[in-house]
Parts: sequence; C-alpha cells; structure tokens
Amino acid sequence: MDYLFNEQQKMVQELARKIAREKIKPVAAKYDESEEFAWDIMKVIADSDLFGVYIPEQYGGLGGGIVEMCIVAEEFSRACGAIALGFAGTGLGTFPILLYGSDEQKKKYLTRVAKGTVAAFCITEAEAGSDAGSIKTTARKEGDYYILNGTKQWITNAGEADIYTVIAMTDKSKGARGASAFIVEKGMKGVEFGQKEKKLGIRASATREVIFTDCKVPKENLLSREGMGFIVAMKTFDSSRPGVAAQAVGIAQGALDEAVAYSRKRVQFGQSISSFQAIQHMLADMATQTEAARALVYASARMVDSGAKNVSKESAMAKLFASDTAMKVTVDAVQILGGYGYMRDYPVEKYMRDAKITQIYEGTNQIQRNVIAANLIKESIKAD
Amino acid sequence: MNVIVCIKQVPNTTDVKIDPVTNTLIRDGVESVINPFDAYAIEEGVRLKERFGGKVTVISMGPPQAENALKEAISLGCDEAVLVSDRKFAGSDTWATSYTLSCAIKKVGNYDIILCGKQASDGDTAQVGPGISTHLDIPQVTYVKKIEDIKDNKARVDRMTEEGYDVLETPLPCLLTVVKEINTPRMPSLKGMMKAKSAQVAKWNAGDIEADPKSIGLDGSPTRVVRIFTPPPRKGGEIIKGETSQIAQELVQLLKDIVI
Repeated sequence: MDYLFNEQQKMVQELARKIAREKIKPVAAKYDESEEFAWDIMKVIADSDLFGVYIPEQYGGLGGGIVEMCIVAEEFSRACGAIALGFAGTGLGTFPILLYGSDEQKKKYLTRVAKGTVAAFCITEAEAGSDAGSIKTTARKEGDYYILNGTKQWITNAGEADIYTVIAMTDKSKGARGASAFIVEKGMKGVEFGQKEKKLGIRASATREVIFTDCKVPKENLLSREGMGFIVAMKTFDSSRPGVAAQAVGIAQGALDEAVAYSRKRVQFGQSISSFQAIQHMLADMATQTEAARALVYASARMVDSGAKNVSKESAMAKLFASDTAMKVTVDAVQILGGYGYMRDYPVEKYMRDAKITQIYEGTNQIQRNVIAANLIKESIKAD
Repeated sequence: MNVIVCIKQVPNTTDVKIDPVTNTLIRDGVESVINPFDAYAIEEGVRLKERFGGKVTVISMGPPQAENALKEAISLGCDEAVLVSDRKFAGSDTWATSYTLSCAIKKVGNYDIILCGKQASDGDTAQVGPGISTHLDIPQVTYVKKIEDIKDNKARVDRMTEEGYDVLETPLPCLLTVVKEINTPRMPSLKGMMKAKSAQVAKWNAGDIEADPKSIGLDGSPTRVVRIFTPPPRKGGEIIKGETSQIAQELVQLLKDIVI
C-alpha cells in the first residue's frame, strides 16, 4: 500500500531496507544465539546517517520526525527486532531531550546521537513499571549537583549506551509531581550496570539494571524543571509508541515474508501447501492485519509530527493494535512452517519470541487500553 | 591525491542469457547495477580520499541509463561523475572501450591513480583496465588486494597471485585493478544519497573527448565475435575407491595413461 511518503522518506526507507537485508538479516540468528549487542551493525547504521533521521538539521540530523523513525524501525525489525532496538531504544532515550531539552542540552547531546551514540531511557524499577508514580530512585540537590540514588530495572541498551535519560524523585512528598528528568552520562561517577538479563526474545538487545550510587549529576543536566519528570515521561511515550508499533509491524512483516516463501516451497500431497485454501486464508488474514497495523502506525506517526496537542489515544491505539497483530501473525507463521517453524534452524520462532515484548514494554497493552478509554471518556465529557 | 574510478553498469544476475541470433547479452527485464568488482574500486577510491585528501571522479562509458550507476557512486562518496555516451560508441570491443575511456580520462586530467574492478561480471574479459593504462602509457598493476602506502609519488601495493601475493612499487600516475579482497564496500549514507540526487553528471560525447572517429565504436574494434555459447557442464570425475596404496598406484597409472 502507498503511504504517500515524500522523497526523503522514500530514500530513508530504501536505505534502511538495504541495510536490513544485506547487513542485519544475515547475522540476526547469530546475535540471537550469542545475546551480544551488535556493535558492528550499529556502526553501519551510524555511518549511513540513519541514527539522525528524527534529529533536527541544526543538531546534525536529517530533520525528519516520528514517521522517519518508524520507517527505519519497521525495516530493521523486519530483519531483526532486537538489533532494531539499538536504534529504537536510542530514540526512546533521546525523545526527552528532543522534547524538553534546552538549546545547550540539545547541542551537547543530540549532535552525538545523530552521529550514532546509543542512548537509553530509565524509568522502570522493581516496584514501578506501569505505576510510574511509585518510583524510588531519588535525586537530592546539593550545590551545583543532583545526587542520584536508586536502581532502574530492565533498561534497554543499558551498559551499551553513553547517554541515559533518568526519571528520579526530587520531592517524594508530591508523588508523581515530585519526579524530575535528568541526563546522565555513562562515564559519570556512581553509575553502574547490573547483570545482563536472560530473555525470551530480543536477545541481541542489552537489558540490564542501571544502578546509581551517590551519582553526581551537574544541575545543568536537569531536563525542563523539577517536578516535570512524569510529564516528560508521558510525552516521551506519546512520541515513542508509534516506534514500538513500527517495530511490531516489522516483526509481523518479517514473519509473513518467511511464511509466504515457505508455503510456496513446501510440498505435501503432491502440491505446494500454498495451494491449500487453509493456508491461503491464514496468509490473507496475516497480510491484512499487518497492513492495517501499518496504516495505524503511519497515521499516528503523522499526527505526532503534525504537532497535534494530544496524541496519547492514537499512539496507544497504534502500539496496542500493532503489537497484538505481531503476536498473532508470528504465531500463525510458526504454525504454517509446522515442525520446521518450531525449530531454531528456521527464523520464524525468533519472530514469535521477539513479538511478545512489544505487547509488554513501553506500557503493557492493558495500560494502552486504559489510556485509550480514559481519553475516550474525557473527549465525551468535553463534548457534553 | 586525485583518483579516477572507471565503472560499468551490468545486468544484476549471474545467470546471463545470450541471444543465440545476435550473440549478445539479453538485457531486457534485468535490473542494472554497478559491476560488483567496480564497487570495490569505488570504495578504495573513497578510502584513498579519506587517507590522503583530494577528490574522486567516477567515469562510465555506456548508454544514458548508466547515469544511475554514476549517481549511486556519488552516494557512496565519489565527488564528481562523468558519463561518456554517444551512439558512435556502439559495438565497441575492449580495445575501443579502453581507448574511449582513456580519452575521457585525459579530458578530466590531473589524476594520480586510476582504479578499475578486475573485470566486469558480464563480459569477464579483464582487459579494459590494462587497455586504459596502455592508451595512457602509464604503469599498471592488476589484481591489487591492498594499497599499502603512497608517498614520494610512488604507490606500494600487494598484487594477488595464485600462490600468494607480490609486493610491488610503481610510480604515479598509475592504474590499478582491484580484487574483492581489497575492502568491504560501505553502505550508502543518507547525506550521500541526497547529494547524489541533486548531483550533476557531466555528459561527454565523442566530440567532447576529442576521440579519433576511426578508433571508436565498431570501426575501432579489431575484435570480431564469431560465436558465443554456453560451454557444456563438466562431467563428474572418476572416484577411485579402495586401500590407500592401491588408490595411489591406480591414480599414477591413470595419469601416465593420459601422458603428463
């Protein structure tokens, strides 16, 4: 289907697709097995300028937006949803700076991201996931510094990233309104990383704890102002959810590609299984659902790029629908490949394992439904 | 360090079909790409620029659509591109092609190194590179797998041989043909692609490069293709089985029989 991309977006798509096909796809299984972070691929992505697609031109980027970010995330994920996360997770870590950074902060950090510096976003803790208000990490002001203490959990790109945007409590008594956002660099004293988590899927993506022990962060690294942390996080998610959705669409498309190709080659009862209506109908549903998810991804991404004031509902819809679709399509792809699909020698079981996380992170799909419903009701009240 | 890279646009297939009537390649419906070996020459040219400064000019002789290959070369880091194109060039063999390219290279002028892929994937002759150096009367080194260093107006290069490699030194300007061992070509960059989109490719015809009309196209081509055919597939060899000593004896006897 034609999503009416402009010339620049088509160029981004062409290049991302080429890198996915020629560089990522051939090593996807290897990195899934070794659970290593694909630095060689990150270098290729950096050299191709793709890290900067959503960074403004004045900070060394291409000047695109969420649409460009989604195009790249989709194409990379079609080859490997985990390696794609090196790029997409960097986006998540960068959006707070993009949305709330001062010109100084943007100059200092966005220029580095545009050149391929990996970033990470740190909000989740052992007892604070969807309930971001119960964050325990603290930031205490002392002279020209904030002193951070606490442990962030399941942080994508942790240990690999140089730039971390961290949500910590500057005033616990105020609850969610007492949270603030900081930019922390890997080299700062008091930043350490926990063990690498062993995961079901996206195994080539680094997931670790980020531990702050009396970590001295210069006060100029506070994003926006004290108390804005929760809002920074929520607005970040509004912008980043279409990216997760794009990752999910890429995973679904990758699995669908494999299922179609396999069904044409696999012969049973003297004919290719693609000639059986049972298989055809499965493929037709998978393709239709994937395309519908893609339409929602790019519609919501365009809405974010247009500067619309409230995009929470739409970006939640895209994330919810695309990730549920990815799960369903990848399960069906495994089914079409049958016994072969269940084997690690074939690529579809990996797509299925990678798909699951898209229903969980950056807000579980249950939380997405809450967001959608809350906005629906709010809109209805306003219309009264 | 000014580098000139010569490239050819070829059909993107290893399964080239030949028209049995005209004995020429069937190009219809086949996507055109930069000759894979030339991609290494482009990459090496860009790396030389990164190592020593200067600029990279990419040249192709071919039909108007070869402009796409030249623009792709710009997206990969080349600075300027020249398309040498004229109906009068039709029917050129490797001699006429290398003459034509040498005329274009003279017009570009001021070069230190000319890089070519070791051969084109469609014709497989490996003659155009050496032909250019002959027409320009400059030294050539073929099958280069590494450019070790360039200084004092001399290049030190490794030439691949069947047994290993030779280390050779040649004065500049010189022509090098490169093998795939020399590098791993990079992916294009977005900035390169945008530059390529707006890049102006110079288009030169026979008159522009002051080529001798008798030396170009079919008239300038001493080669006549009598017949092109697909060789029959090789028959499988004979496998001798048994005890090692017995196998050795039998093998020696067989070799004696066919008289080495």
